[in-house]
Amino acid sequence: MGQITLNQITKNFGDVQVIPPLDLRIDDGEFVVFVGPSGCGKSTLLRLIAGLEDVTSGDITIDGRNATEVPPAKRGLAMVFQSYALYPHMSVRKNIAFPLRMAGLDKEAQNAKVDAAAKVLNLTDYLDRRPGQLSGGQRQRVAIGRAIVREPAAFLFDEPLSNLDAALRVNMRLEISELHQTLKTTMIYVTHDQVEAMTMADKIVVLQAGLIEQVGSPLDLYHAPRNKFVAGFIGSPKMNFLTGQYASGYDATTIGIRPEHIAVSSSEGAWSGRVGVSEHLGSDTFLYVDIDGVDEPITVRSTGEIGVRHGDNVYLTPDASKIHRFDKQDLRIP
Amino acid sequence: MATQHSRSAARIMMAPAVVLLLGWMLIPLTMTLYFSFKKFLPLRGGDLGWVGFDNYVRFVSSSAFWPSVQTTLIIVGGVLLITVMLGVLLAILLDQPLWGQGIVRILVIAPFFVMPTVSALVWKNMFMDPVNGLFAHLWKFFGAQPVEWLSDAPLFSIILIVSWQWLPFATLILLTAIQSLDSEQLEASEMDGAPPLARFGFIILPHLSRAITIVVLIQTIFLLAVFAEIFVTTQGSFGTRTLTYLIFQRVLESQNVGLGSAGGVYAIILANIVAIFLMRIVGKNLDS
Repeated sequence: MGQITLNQITKNFGDVQVIPPLDLRIDDGEFVVFVGPSGCGKSTLLRLIAGLEDVTSGDITIDGRNATEVPPAKRGLAMVFQSYALYPHMSVRKNIAFPLRMAGLDKEAQNAKVDAAAKVLNLTDYLDRRPGQLSGGQRQRVAIGRAIVREPAAFLFDEPLSNLDAALRVNMRLEISELHQTLKTTMIYVTHDQVEAMTMADKIVVLQAGLIEQVGSPLDLYHAPRNKFVAGFIGSPKMNFLTGQYASGYDATTIGIRPEHIAVSSSEGAWSGRVGVSEHLGSDTFLYVDIDGVDEPITVRSTGEIGVRHGDNVYLTPDASKIHRFDKQDLRIP
Repeated sequence: MATQHSRSAARIMMAPAVVLLLGWMLIPLTMTLYFSFKKFLPLRGGDLGWVGFDNYVRFVSSSAFWPSVQTTLIIVGGVLLITVMLGVLLAILLDQPLWGQGIVRILVIAPFFVMPTVSALVWKNMFMDPVNGLFAHLWKFFGAQPVEWLSDAPLFSIILIVSWQWLPFATLILLTAIQSLDSEQLEASEMDGAPPLARFGFIILPHLSRAITIVVLIQTIFLLAVFAEIFVTTQGSFGTRTLTYLIFQRVLESQNVGLGSAGGVYAIILANIVAIFLMRIVGKNLDS
């Protein structure tokens, strides 16, 4: 079980309100990702759920039990920290066994559980080492192992992959997703990386300045962003926004079009522009095209290789059915 | 420092410092060794010639020798125990967010700036005096008979005075160590279900172990040579004669330079034994 409900919770640091009243429901077994730019309150929100920070007002319910005043250890949640927070003077085995030892389990039961967790995480050969002798990915797995053995109602991950290099990050992303499939436990995952959010989540919560901008499945957010912020935040490369004459034709203040929904042609099209930098990735080509009356270059994604150079004149045609329209309040017009 | 030329230049430039340091250390050491093999009584005939190991045998076989070694160890051990334990507690306390933290920290460090002679005199006259001392007034306030600290509990009194001086040092080093503890580790252990005492025992104390060994090492080296506090309080009476003080008495009170020098050589050996032990412990701790 791992059903968490946040009811009108707020958090103030001194006079500054970092979380305005906020409601959220996380269902059992869900993989929920909190995503947003740095300083948006996503880590604070996670720490509120963990109990490491006290809520200023509102209620947190875990599995139907009011947990607002319950100390962190009694909430039945396990957390994986950004720095892993392994205990440097203990071996891997002792690190993983620490929560069990604190719970007063006997040695044999501890060892059995640690061995089982180590097997799942491929740590069996490293149990006698110290954290300082492990690589980043292994430390990450020890931190996860320490969380698993507690058999928590939910896992909380606080930007766990941000200290890893790019290749390892992709690997660990897969491992955590795989773990979620195996354990089927609720997981709450905080990240600023929308790629992690899109690839791992069942449900994404987009936050800005402590406010929930939108909650939904990755594809919901991609296809039907509620406002301009979500539209710009979800998707890589970022959505292009155009205003003025470009938007008025669509009866909107701003229009947004994703790079992958623009066609490039050297002879004809809706908008004409000049190619700036082009990035050739082999599978894709990203073009940055300057068009008249728009300050930011328009990003265009073409599949495969495309024969344009810096300074070439090209014509862009947006896919009309994929254009998102936004009104004066930056809300999306359906 | 890659080329032959720059290396030899570096050696030449370092030479004055090295020579000065060597002289600083070697001249007194050689003189001590030289006198320790002589019968040298400045007021009773001066240099009376070589006597071999006579001084060494006499120093150790004197009835004052073993008690003085014991006293030294009790003082060093007692001060270490008090400063490390209180130092850890104070460091934890000072690490908490606190109004006026800067001022409190300076106040805590202040005793370290007071000269040993001065602090010993202040303790002797203002706190421990059986008639006018603050402790005497306190005892009288509660209707108790004032304690004659320096004659009834002389060792404890000296340990108290020296601890008061060295507590700031221990606190300072332990405080910086505590501040370097990753707060996520404490939060992780909190989530793992560790109550405050277990967090102290399993996370904070192991984190501090290195700092504690360093405090113990440095303090031991200085505490073996404690002198002023004894000189101005008990003058070595009531069983407070440490090895250092015994050597002082041999040289200046009995005017026997040869015998005192032999004691000095024993003190060097004792300090080195302690240092070797501590180096090994520290070395082990610094490795991990």
